[in-house]
Amino acid sequence: MLKSLAKQSGAALRVLLVFTVLLGVAYPLGVWAFSRVPGLEHQAEGSLIERHDTVVGSSLIGINPTFDGPPTRDPWFHTRPSASADTPLGQGDPATSGGSNLSAFNPEQVTLVRERRQLIAEREGVAPSTVPADAVTASGSGVDPDISPAYARLQTDRVARNNGLGDAQVRALVAKYTSGDGIGVPSVNVLELNLAVRATAAG
Amino acid sequence: MSDLAAGLVQAAILLAALALVYRPFGDYLARVFTSERDWKIERGLYRLFRVNPESEQRWSTYAVSILAFSFVSIVLLYLLQRLQSVLPWNFGRGAIEPGMAFNTAISFVTNTNWQSYSGEVAMGHFVQMAGLTVQNFLSAAVGLAVAVVLVRGFVRRRTDRLGNFWVDLTRGTIRVLLPISVVAALVLVAFGVVQSLRSGVTVANPDGTSSTIPLAPAASQEAIKQLGTNGGGIFNANSAHPFENPNSWTNLIEIFLLLVIPVSMTRAFGTMVGNRKQGYTLLSVMAALWGAMLAVAWWAETHPNGPAALLAGASLEGKEQRFGIGQSVLFATSTTGTSTGAVNSMHDSYSGLGGGVPLLNMLLGEVTPGGVGAGLYGILVLAIIAMFLAGLMVGRTPEYLGKKLGRREVTCAAIAMLAMPTVVLLGTGAALLVPGEVASALSNTGPHGLSEVLYAYASAGNNNGSAFAGLTVTSDWFQSSLGIAMLLGRFIPIIAVLCLAGSLAAQRKVPETAGTLPTASPLFGALLAGTVVLVAALTFIPALALGPIAEALA
Repeated sequence: MLKSLAKQSGAALRVLLVFTVLLGVAYPLGVWAFSRVPGLEHQAEGSLIERHDTVVGSSLIGINPTFDGPPTRDPWFHTRPSASADTPLGQGDPATSGGSNLSAFNPEQVTLVRERRQLIAEREGVAPSTVPADAVTASGSGVDPDISPAYARLQTDRVARNNGLGDAQVRALVAKYTSGDGIGVPSVNVLELNLAVRATAAG
Repeated sequence: MSDLAAGLVQAAILLAALALVYRPFGDYLARVFTSERDWKIERGLYRLFRVNPESEQRWSTYAVSILAFSFVSIVLLYLLQRLQSVLPWNFGRGAIEPGMAFNTAISFVTNTNWQSYSGEVAMGHFVQMAGLTVQNFLSAAVGLAVAVVLVRGFVRRRTDRLGNFWVDLTRGTIRVLLPISVVAALVLVAFGVVQSLRSGVTVANPDGTSSTIPLAPAASQEAIKQLGTNGGGIFNANSAHPFENPNSWTNLIEIFLLLVIPVSMTRAFGTMVGNRKQGYTLLSVMAALWGAMLAVAWWAETHPNGPAALLAGASLEGKEQRFGIGQSVLFATSTTGTSTGAVNSMHDSYSGLGGGVPLLNMLLGEVTPGGVGAGLYGILVLAIIAMFLAGLMVGRTPEYLGKKLGRREVTCAAIAMLAMPTVVLLGTGAALLVPGEVASALSNTGPHGLSEVLYAYASAGNNNGSAFAGLTVTSDWFQSSLGIAMLLGRFIPIIAVLCLAGSLAAQRKVPETAGTLPTASPLFGALLAGTVVLVAALTFIPALALGPIAEALA
């Protein structure tokens, strides 16, 4: 038995080392090398968006914009709450992804939802009951790039006003950046929308 | 498209795709493990391994090979983590501390992929690729090998030879897992999954702040993570992270990948035993339970329960906007019904009943349809138990697929079946008794807190790896006890199943008589489904009543 174990362990080690080279080095690096071809490299490197030679974000990663002035003057569309943020509607840190893992019975979660609902209603100048569910719940990743069309519509007035744009203009932009990938839930990409709003406002 | 419609469309495409590949892929799997011919690359590998592919092993030697292989795998993975600070591509990440390295090494070698670390924070690219990705392949190939040995036990007569572990491991890897992973990884990249060797990129946000977005070789690991029903994500948020699962298409592809081998293995089984209806019966039991679980979870999540969800208006905490509820519960049901454990939404934030479904899915013993290989041998063990129960009712020695189920066979099956509940209940009970452990680990209290602890041991004992992630599991107690739970939950059933295969293969085939219960029939399907549910119900109802059931009724 012991002799068999020793013999098998020797084979085991050789098998493991060979497979480590094949599956742990050649395979991932091979996929990496193949993904350098045009048409794949952009996605492989994070679907980054550049403006004037500066990387301004990834179209897949939602980072909530911050604004120091009074909330009603805020010019940005906002993402969903992130569990990695310090405040109920604060900016999350994409370096650490994850959800809150709070249950719906957790008093902390009840307080958070109530606070978010209140803050958003005040920011948008609407009744708290009109704030949609995705706006007051933290996403699973903490970097959800999307919001619901309802939450985008709720923010349209304020964003139009604070960027000196017409309501119809901003609504058209929201429609342009709403996608459901053909088979998915319609979602609005916040970063792309904010960049488009700013570009339109700058003329 | 509404959330409901998108979910239904995705489920429909998923089922159609699985139906399409079921026959050809199932038959291919059967050929992989019955073919006499080695591929050229395999012959080269056997020379490097210095093993003789012609020499077949007894069940006990086969078991020793698996244990030896798993042991050296755990040691190497442990060392890679401990030595991370001197390995390339660590981007400043230091050594993983011993408790976490121990837990993670066992976790990936046992196909659990429970993660007590935060991916993007703790693990550099080298450990991810050379350590974790490798075990994503090999642990799945071990599961396949064990399942194939059990099937050989039914097929072969009067022999003590059951195949060669190194050959089965190599074929599963080279002919099944690797080629599909290469294609899947590239398709995932095309749809937006990252495959980068950079540590990350600093971005100048439009509002004037700046952030660092981590990057990683994610696509190559994502493909095998799903295909091998592993589940350990490169990023902490796992498949909820947009870099691992950016849209509905990738979500669909990932669910397909994690289901395709467990589902098709029933066809491979039918093909190998020479009666495909036997495979369809097993598949219908798996599919019926999967469908029932999906329906309950979907209903529960679309009917908010708990004050915070009612206040928010929908159960969207921990779910991604692009997936909504439908695509989240589809993923959750499939990932816990197989032993994958990847998540695209945070199960801890599900409602009482909605979170109870993933938990129950694991407690059924991972047979809806179960992990790669593990699902097939799991359901075959339960089929033997079902035949045993039926035999007791009529007072006749039970048979299955022409083999008598005597004392030795039933004992092996019972050990394989009881290992998981023992580990889960003793582990949960012990964790609750250790002073101070649970109080400092829980993020939620009351029934939900109990669910978090039960979920952790159910996940470890079943080698699933998903989590009610609010539980902080970095204390020495949790790292070590969950590590041991994963080991026992994996290797006790494996050894019992190999022993079972050995004693089945030694028998001659008994002819079918009028007294034989036909096992390719709806009657047997119902008996089997009843056994699966009954065993789990008898074992776990007290624990479930105090956790998810209490919460759902609150």
